[in-house]
Amino acid sequence: MLGLTLREVALALREGKVSPTELCQRCLHFIRKTKFLNAYVTVTEEIALKQAEQAEKRFLKGETLGPLDGIPIAVKDNFSTASIQTTCASQMLKGYIPPFNATVVQKLLDQGAVLMGKTNLDEFAMGSGSTDTIFGPVRNPWGYSRQYQERCAQNPEDTKDSSDWLITGGSSGGSAASVASLTCFASLGSDTGGSTRNPAANCGVVGLKPTYGLLSRHGLIPLVNSMDVPGILTRSVHDAATVLGVLGGHDPKDSTTVPEPFKPFSLPDEIDVRNVCVGIPREYHAPGLSKEILAHWTKAAELFEKAGARVVEVSLPHTQHSIVCYHVLCTAEVASNMARFDGLEYGHRSTIDSSTEVMYASTRHEGFNDVVRGRILSGNYFLLKQNYDRYFVKAQKVRRLISNDFMKVFSSGVDVLLTPTTLSDASRYSEFIKEDNRTRSAQEDIFTQCANMAGLPAVTLPVALSERNLPISLQFIGQGFREKNLLTVAKWYEQQVKFPLIEFQDVADHVSEFPKKTKSASAS
Amino acid sequence: MSSKSLRFLIFSGSRWKLLLRPASPRCGVLRCPGGEFVAGGGSLRLCCRLQQTASTTDGSSKTKVPQSPTWEPVSERQLPPVRLLGCPQISWIERLALVDFRNQEGVARLEKAIRFADQLHVVDTEGVEPMDSVLEDRQLYLQQDCVRGGNCAEQLLRTSRRTVEEYFVAPPGNIPLPERDERSSLLKNSEM
Repeated sequence: MLGLTLREVALALREGKVSPTELCQRCLHFIRKTKFLNAYVTVTEEIALKQAEQAEKRFLKGETLGPLDGIPIAVKDNFSTASIQTTCASQMLKGYIPPFNATVVQKLLDQGAVLMGKTNLDEFAMGSGSTDTIFGPVRNPWGYSRQYQERCAQNPEDTKDSSDWLITGGSSGGSAASVASLTCFASLGSDTGGSTRNPAANCGVVGLKPTYGLLSRHGLIPLVNSMDVPGILTRSVHDAATVLGVLGGHDPKDSTTVPEPFKPFSLPDEIDVRNVCVGIPREYHAPGLSKEILAHWTKAAELFEKAGARVVEVSLPHTQHSIVCYHVLCTAEVASNMARFDGLEYGHRSTIDSSTEVMYASTRHEGFNDVVRGRILSGNYFLLKQNYDRYFVKAQKVRRLISNDFMKVFSSGVDVLLTPTTLSDASRYSEFIKEDNRTRSAQEDIFTQCANMAGLPAVTLPVALSERNLPISLQFIGQGFREKNLLTVAKWYEQQVKFPLIEFQDVADHVSEFPKKTKSASAS
Repeated sequence: MSSKSLRFLIFSGSRWKLLLRPASPRCGVLRCPGGEFVAGGGSLRLCCRLQQTASTTDGSSKTKVPQSPTWEPVSERQLPPVRLLGCPQISWIERLALVDFRNQEGVARLEKAIRFADQLHVVDTEGVEPMDSVLEDRQLYLQQDCVRGGNCAEQLLRTSRRTVEEYFVAPPGNIPLPERDERSSLLKNSEM
């Protein structure tokens, strides 16, 4: 039951095969069993059970709220949730309890979704491994899967390292792990430079980054105002479209959401790609791309061609410089956004208070880790008067060039772009920490941050298992506000590849089959 | 056709064989009528017949996916001179950011970050306007100027560590931040 997609479990709920309370209890039980993954910062057990009970009452009356009613979901811990601790995995906000819900969280709750908990992340969403968090790093569920363990057993030279666990990628590692480990059916992440798509790729789930301006950022603790979007992680493309349908639309509290009305859409089950033009950007073969991912990328292009789609090679000439541009703009906006943390109105406050400035300085010294402080200092350097034009304005100009590259390609008739998501499959933790956070982010975000620079929607989906039996994913980038086209193409490809469900080795053995229940029995 | 250096491909089994691959391929979607001689960079002369660019794999099938990396390495010579941070600059940045470097490693990390950002200078941005937002071509939505919600002072005060009645309490202001050495010893004593 826990391995079903959101669509399938919603059907099971409507047919009475399972009740919301039982589903919630099963998920909570599995969260306890998978605690070693460290995916959750806060598990909202009481709240979840109460919400599930209310959902059950609605199901019995036949007055369900929508496709998400009674469905267990998780939310990344940088979305404000009323009366529930929101920490951003940082000392600075440990114990901070927001007085309001983020708009996207409120929308999910209004649809009857059951909140399982807040998930772990890199501190303030800065990182690409979910390793720099005060709650400890998040482990990739695939590292404990039967598929991966069998592979390790077959290769004695790997077994000496088999106790070294795999990273989830970041920064929404906890959200990706929560969906991949079957403890919930959808989760919210945030995507600034690939923070939803990178862990989705490593954990073998679908990660959707909507167009900038489609979803409200009200309540999402900001990192980079001009690039942040809430991200959606699910087990299938259809589920991502369902969640997007609930979350999309203008929010008066977020003036960067577009005022045009948003119409939720459903994806067809029978899809014909003969009228689709798929672009392959040549610059996305970056140095370091693994042979396996290259092979799958090549196979994907061939598959589209065989099915009658038009596949063309295109060029986005400034791709190579995109990561540098992102680095400058990101740190500059971070320097500004992190200025709000001074200890006065919320969050951690230092006991040293000889003066306001000393109190601010020591609060920030105690509250932020090296990564956050490093980015704030870099951002401040690039914003210094003597550096402003040379770095910040220059980066803004390069951003326009990158955005223009995409516009040129899409206006030449291309519908979607097909690219890799990451350079390789999930790394071992011991390998990952050999380089610092900034270097790793520059490597991991290579294929994902371009879509953030241009504000375009992008989706990653798992396509196959690598030689190590770990997920390999590919990314589709679409035109702005054309999520329906993007997800339709992605769904077609998902139907072709049929990515296998994760088999949790020891954990899976303990997840027994759900007892079947009829509607009449539960109503009595 | 683009005046920049072009990238040429072979169709194995065709009359025309690839002689050399150009050193710096950069191109958009190529439209090249059949059978023409096309000039490459320098002395390179190749014939090509194609509607779209394609890379060969094992020679038996054409794929649109490039089979080798296409990035151009950026050499040190193309970058501006290395900038190292002196003590006054370090102190100034710490004062502005109200965040400390903590140790020499922190300074080294910033210097590396600056060097990484220096790669921006190889990009030609002549005549390009800076881009603030991807939604720049749209009207920014503005709310009506009327009060909606609010009246939650108690709730908001609860999130602060130190309040008195309806006030957030701040330590005395108008006192300049101490010099760097004094700051470092102050911070050493703070709780971690």
